[in-house]
Amino acid sequence: MKIYNAKLIIPGLLIFVVMATFPIWYNKGTAAPPPEPKLNTPAIQRMAEKQCVLPKDQMRTEHMQLLNEWRTEVVRNGNRLYVAWDGKEYNMSLQNECMRCHSNKSEFCDTCHVYAGLKSGSQPYCWTCHIAPKENK
Amino acid sequence: MESNRRSFLKIGGICALGLGALPVTKALARKAVPQVSEFPEALKANQWAMVVDMKKCWEKAEEDCKDCILACHQYHNVPDIGTLKEEIKWIWQESYHDTFHDQATQFNIENIEHNPIMVLCNHCTSPPCVRVCPTKATFKDKKSGIVKMDYHRCIGCRFCMAGCPYGARSFNFRDPIPYIKTELNMEYPARERGVVEKCSFCTERLARGLFPACVEACRHGALTFGDITDPNSSVRKVLAENYSIKRKPELGTGPNVYYII
Amino acid sequence: MLERALTGSQQYYRLLMGLLILMGMGFAAYLYQLNTGLTVTGLSRDVSWGFYIAQFTFLVGVAASAVMVVLPYYLHNVKVFGRITILGEFLAVASVTMCLLFIIVDLGKPMRLLNVILYPSPNSILFWDMIVLNGYLFLNIVIGWNVLEAERKGTAAPSWLKPLIYVSIPWAISIHTVTAFLYAGLPGRHLWLHSILAARFLASAFASGPALLILLAFVLKKYTKFDAGKEAIDKLSQVVLYGMLVSIFFLGLEFFTAFYSNIPSHQHGLKYLFVGLDGHGKLVPFMWLFALLALAAVVLLINPNTRKQEKTLKIACLCVFFAMWIEKGLGLVIGGFIPNPFEQVREYLPTVPELIITIGIWATGFFVLTILYKIAVSVKEEVE
Repeated sequence: MKIYNAKLIIPGLLIFVVMATFPIWYNKGTAAPPPEPKLNTPAIQRMAEKQCVLPKDQMRTEHMQLLNEWRTEVVRNGNRLYVAWDGKEYNMSLQNECMRCHSNKSEFCDTCHVYAGLKSGSQPYCWTCHIAPKENK
Repeated sequence: MESNRRSFLKIGGICALGLGALPVTKALARKAVPQVSEFPEALKANQWAMVVDMKKCWEKAEEDCKDCILACHQYHNVPDIGTLKEEIKWIWQESYHDTFHDQATQFNIENIEHNPIMVLCNHCTSPPCVRVCPTKATFKDKKSGIVKMDYHRCIGCRFCMAGCPYGARSFNFRDPIPYIKTELNMEYPARERGVVEKCSFCTERLARGLFPACVEACRHGALTFGDITDPNSSVRKVLAENYSIKRKPELGTGPNVYYII
Repeated sequence: MLERALTGSQQYYRLLMGLLILMGMGFAAYLYQLNTGLTVTGLSRDVSWGFYIAQFTFLVGVAASAVMVVLPYYLHNVKVFGRITILGEFLAVASVTMCLLFIIVDLGKPMRLLNVILYPSPNSILFWDMIVLNGYLFLNIVIGWNVLEAERKGTAAPSWLKPLIYVSIPWAISIHTVTAFLYAGLPGRHLWLHSILAARFLASAFASGPALLILLAFVLKKYTKFDAGKEAIDKLSQVVLYGMLVSIFFLGLEFFTAFYSNIPSHQHGLKYLFVGLDGHGKLVPFMWLFALLALAAVVLLINPNTRKQEKTLKIACLCVFFAMWIEKGLGLVIGGFIPNPFEQVREYLPTVPELIITIGIWATGFFVLTILYKIAVSVKEEVE
């Protein structure tokens, strides 16, 4: 079997392979440690039972959907009160409810978002409008 | 060969369909959705409306009272860009002459032509901005009659600004956050570059049983707020006792801000 | 057939390179706008649409004008247009491409563009404009491409194409009508709130589009072996003449209504454009230039001697094109916002980044046009 233009094709293929695998070998050995979001805010520590809107696992994987549903309910349907599965009531507000407990955005939200490499500045665009609580650093 | 490929495509297609249906089945299988509702203390109306008594505003207010503007703009984190070109305003002053130019006359009561009028979104009964919006980012809330903005959905085409005959809409030509010169209200978000914004009749305050920030801030009782469809409401009472006008009623937009001059 | 776009004379490559450079500059300027916001434009709270939307409006007209060669050829069997229908269709493709780009660069949040489809709002004219523009783009690509392919193979065009061609005729009318409806249904914008606006748009489109087509035909004749034919050019120039006359007539109607009725709000827009309002008149020189160009064009086109002479016809077509560009592309859109809802005059002029982006989009349009015309001309040269 004879490859035509092998002179061009083989180096080309090599360049392609190198470029396609670039992220793998470039980041080799520099993997960031898995994030550990902190729950040590005063508001959470005061809680008798440390429980979020949904069970922890669900919050971890579905908080964005939940926020999106809340957004729709509040902005478009005018419903602001959320009665959770355990009967607790929440004000459906990222700024006024979520961040009331999780007042440590940089140690809670950002740790995972940065780790997951979300786009620009490693923050979801919630924070282009919604104002994060001031943290004493 | 041919039939093989065909059956492969068939199976592949069915598989893809199955995968596509996965989120649907997931959503259906989910346990009872938690309940959502309004707060019990929420103020309700079929159509919120405002009566602006400019007589009280002019007579009682000392020079340059801007309480309502300050309260609104501080509460909603409205930026002060500092140029006429990119100005963002929810409630502001225009002269009587400019606001009611169709009713301006040369020989009117002394000075009235240059007196200020408080102007804001009219929360029209038939709002042209809502009619033209291509994404329903601005919409008429059926429950309250408020013309609302969904800043998450706005694509920034500014059709609503062309549609609004009252100049009530402002566009965020640049990132507004560095220009918020009042103290940040941590309970209310800001907006981002590229969306249109305007007065919301303080939807978020009404939901918690509070009157709009401007109404609360006015020390002279010049702003009356209530349900225009309720004959016993405060706005209807004020309107029944005073002669009032609206801005550009001939356009059929049905403005819900009334002026006592 | 696409491969024909890849081989060409050095001139052809040079033209493409030049356009690519302009496109690159436009793109860079757009990135700047995207990262800084529309603050880099001259747009304001009061004049919230400007140069971009004006170009869009004008180009919808150019796109719609393809119907002026397609309709006579397919419905009235005007044989001389047979050779140039493809030019009209490909011009439409390039124009609609530019239209869509102008809409995108005008958006404050272009990344949310698909919201128009995700949350369809039939009450918004912009929603319908999206449908008719994309439909028109699709129709012209499919029709142009298949007719050309059939010509290359020496066969008749496929039979399923006929219905599409017939649909494309009213569709062309629809794109400009719907675009006019963007403006003509807004309460309180007196310069736009006229039932004649759609008719005016169409008339001006049938002047400016065919004028550009004539100019392009001359360019092709000079640089390629493709000759549209004297008769076709002459017929087109008559279309331009009538389009121009009707446009001017319609504009005159607007003046009559505004000034005979003596309603101030109806006069303000026209006054601002032609004599200035409250001491502001940045567009006045442009509007008088429009008047001058329009007059020159009519004089040159009405006289059969000057209309039939290539040199004077070219001048006339240039006059028509720029006259309508000023009238519709500048005056109408910007003038509609002045004075503002408080009867205050806040003026608008485009900024440098805005102009560079605009030039970049025009270059993109001409890039598409060059490639499409190259293919069309190559096929036609090959067949002959």
